[in-house]
Amino acid sequence: MSTNEEAEGRPLASYRTLDIAVAIFFLVVCAIVMVDSLRIGIAWKANEGPQPGLFPFYIVLAMGIASLVNLARALPHTEEGAEAAVSSVGLGRMAAIFVPAVVFVLATHFIGIYVSATIYIGAFMLFFGKFPLWKAVVVSLGIAIVNFLMFEVWFLVPLPKGPLEAALGY
Amino acid sequence: MDELNALIGGFAVALSAYHIMLMVIGITLGVIIGVLPGLGGANGVAILLPLTFTMAPTAAIILLTSIYWGALFGGAITSILFNIPGEPWSVATTFDGHPMAQNGKADEALVGAFTSSFVGAIFAVIMITFLAPMVAKFALKFGPAEFFAVQFLTFASFLGMGRGTAFKTLASMCLGFALASVGLDGMTGTLRMTFGQDELLNGFKFLVAVIGLFGIGEILSSMEDGLKFNGPTAKLRMDAVIRTWKQLPRMWLTFVRSCIVGCWMGITPGGATPASFMGYGIAKRLSKQGKNFGKGELEGVVAPETAAHAAGTSALLPMLTLGIPGSPTAAVLLGGLLIWGLQPGPLLFVEQPDFVWGLIASMYLGNVVGLIMVLTCVPFFAAILRVPFSIIAPAIVVICAIGAYTVNNAMFDVWMMLIFGVMGYLFNKLRYPLPPLVLALVLGDQAESSFRQAMLVSQGDISVFWSNWLCGGIMTLGLVMAFWPALTALRAKFAGNGVVARPA
Repeated sequence: MSTNEEAEGRPLASYRTLDIAVAIFFLVVCAIVMVDSLRIGIAWKANEGPQPGLFPFYIVLAMGIASLVNLARALPHTEEGAEAAVSSVGLGRMAAIFVPAVVFVLATHFIGIYVSATIYIGAFMLFFGKFPLWKAVVVSLGIAIVNFLMFEVWFLVPLPKGPLEAALGY
Repeated sequence: MDELNALIGGFAVALSAYHIMLMVIGITLGVIIGVLPGLGGANGVAILLPLTFTMAPTAAIILLTSIYWGALFGGAITSILFNIPGEPWSVATTFDGHPMAQNGKADEALVGAFTSSFVGAIFAVIMITFLAPMVAKFALKFGPAEFFAVQFLTFASFLGMGRGTAFKTLASMCLGFALASVGLDGMTGTLRMTFGQDELLNGFKFLVAVIGLFGIGEILSSMEDGLKFNGPTAKLRMDAVIRTWKQLPRMWLTFVRSCIVGCWMGITPGGATPASFMGYGIAKRLSKQGKNFGKGELEGVVAPETAAHAAGTSALLPMLTLGIPGSPTAAVLLGGLLIWGLQPGPLLFVEQPDFVWGLIASMYLGNVVGLIMVLTCVPFFAAILRVPFSIIAPAIVVICAIGAYTVNNAMFDVWMMLIFGVMGYLFNKLRYPLPPLVLALVLGDQAESSFRQAMLVSQGDISVFWSNWLCGGIMTLGLVMAFWPALTALRAKFAGNGVVARPA
């Protein structure tokens, strides 16, 4: 996990920043669960046993305490904490797969999983993998068709489908 | 030696060309089902159950159990190659299996996983052969307090296993519990933490979280590191089987421990998933190689796989002898038995000896056939890693999305998968250990409800967990395990060498 700064581009966030952010995330989750647990009751009821909120309440209480310790440990400026955790190049590469993935999931709502998967895989091969167009088309179509046969035809597991599949009668 | 005679009679039933062919078909289907996330062994058996209604019961159960064996074998493949567990019980296999694949030892990890699955399953089958009625009675002793004790022991044997600090482990585990408690409360019917969102009614499904945390998280990390995913070291060598088998005999103790843990968890019925975690936890604690676990140690693949398969197989035992299924797949098979007009229970052994012993014999044969089949395919599976990363990466994202979607047939889960993916990446980076989170997510619900049931029975008296030798013994063992890191740290301190061992 060592980052070579010259090769890896501009550092964007240090381990300290990320550690603090995640510890705060834990504390927010903790607060949300506590509020809801208190709403449904954390007491012991005779003949009914513990109310539904009791178990989550004490669990997140422990989580909150642990997160406060984590936060306290992350706060002081240390050499280790100042090290870059994410660089611009690394983030860019992650975005190259993740942003299209978000678009892919969004597109699934409208055009079905098979068509959007074909576009997603094909586009990634074309733009990121620098494959020739025909290879990208063949591979992405192949993967989508195999998946279609596997799930829709053989195992009868319905996946989200769009207008194209409807036109084909599925 | 009545059992032996009966078993030989069973082999005579099972060993026909037709039955062997069914085994081959079943195992092939099972491996496919095991590889695809979202299509579990239980689903696969359920989907194919109707096809078997026209067959003779013996042929039908041979086909269905072969699918089950195939799924058990197949779950390990994606765990090792892509860090995506195809089945819940292969989560623990990813901890060392995937690092091995990254080190260019994918073939060894696969052979190790398949072989140890086989050993675990055969051990359990032998136990079924000779101890069936006796062991089955033991399972009847289990009440809520005992269940909680077993679950507590699983957690305890796993505590402090992560790479991070103890507080990060604690936070991670508690987050798993908190996520597990979202949704409909099984005991009172109250809605918890749903905030009016219908999608949250079912809670966070374990598989969605695992696919996101491990699968998507892994893809993000690999992308950031600049496509070091497959590496040029993933060379294909045909001697993988022999090379791996040479290393296995020195792990005999791990095999024995995991077999015992697995059988016990399968019968009780704790199930294959907790068994695999517990097998891994115990091996990490007791093995000489323990400190290397998580970095790609073959023993770390062997331990959970053996335990999971011993459990998966012995889970069939209470189903046959008592009519109580020890696992979801066993429950589906139980349904099949009833449809074929066979009443499971102690009388099955008396009334349908041909069927029972044919089934038991087919367990031996099915595992042997399965092992041969998957071992010959290892070079083929390992070759998948040589596919260029820019094809594999988006394909994995698509498969993950399909897997997440099929859990509940909901797009909401696919979005959750993406969020879990980012979480998995961050946690990995900051050394929040993921295994405790996953374990809590799997067992959280069950542990909570058996704890509450036990408390209800005893009217809040905590001593119910020490009310008999069985439960008390397990709880005490669990406490010892939980405080083991603290105890060793204390001992190191008193030894006066000044170095305080970090609970790691």
